[in-house]
Amino acid sequence: MTVVAIACFALLGGGAVLILARLALGPSLLDRVVSTDALLVTIACGIAVYCAVYRDISLEPVLLVVALLAFVGSVSVARYIGGMLVSAETPTDATPSDADLAGHPEPAP
Amino acid sequence: MSPADVVASVCLVAGCFLCLTAGLGLIRFPDVLNRMHAATKPQVLGVLLVMTGAVIRLAGQPIVWMLVLVAVFQLITAPVSAHMVSRIAYRRRHVRRDLLLVDELGRPGTAPPTRPHPEHPEGDPDADEPADGPESGPRTTS
Repeated sequence: MTVVAIACFALLGGGAVLILARLALGPSLLDRVVSTDALLVTIACGIAVYCAVYRDISLEPVLLVVALLAFVGSVSVARYIGGMLVSAETPTDATPSDADLAGHPEPAP
Repeated sequence: MSPADVVASVCLVAGCFLCLTAGLGLIRFPDVLNRMHAATKPQVLGVLLVMTGAVIRLAGQPIVWMLVLVAVFQLITAPVSAHMVSRIAYRRRHVRRDLLLVDELGRPGTAPPTRPHPEHPEGDPDADEPADGPESGPRTTS
């Protein structure tokens, strides 16, 4: 079972490092929302693997809290960006800021 | 190791491998919708595999229902959050339109509506995209 624990935590750690790289690099806020969601799922998988391998049930309420937090966090940030979108489209004085031009993930085709 | 432990180990390693593929996809894929596609794999199948392995391994303990609850909760909430994020990504033009095969939210045969840019009225199709943060200036306060 130790081999299984090492393999699982190595895979989870590699995935978490890559997700953190996207979280730091992510050109837009939505990329960061998606990668935060994936990071919380990775943390939940890590807690579940720990509980399963060592037969320790003391961390299972944390698992439920992490699963709830992933949903509430991504939905609330998405609602927040949607409200920014509505308030940004209504006025007519649209002047692009630096974040407008730098924050776009891809150049125009 | 008993046969149940072997099955549980296979489920756990497969679920963790899906988490690694999510990281690879998040690094490699080009835009928000493709990255969501990659990041949804551990959200549903990975969590189901890991919870199955943990339930097999922890069978008989009094708190196993919580693992089942987490799996059901992921199945319910993953489509909701994915729908909201993808809709806002489409509306904010964080989508590579040259990679789309079908665009059911746009009108057929027409380009997506763009407002003329005040400084570059001849083009710049991404000019009407609002900025990402609250630092976007006076436009959010008006």
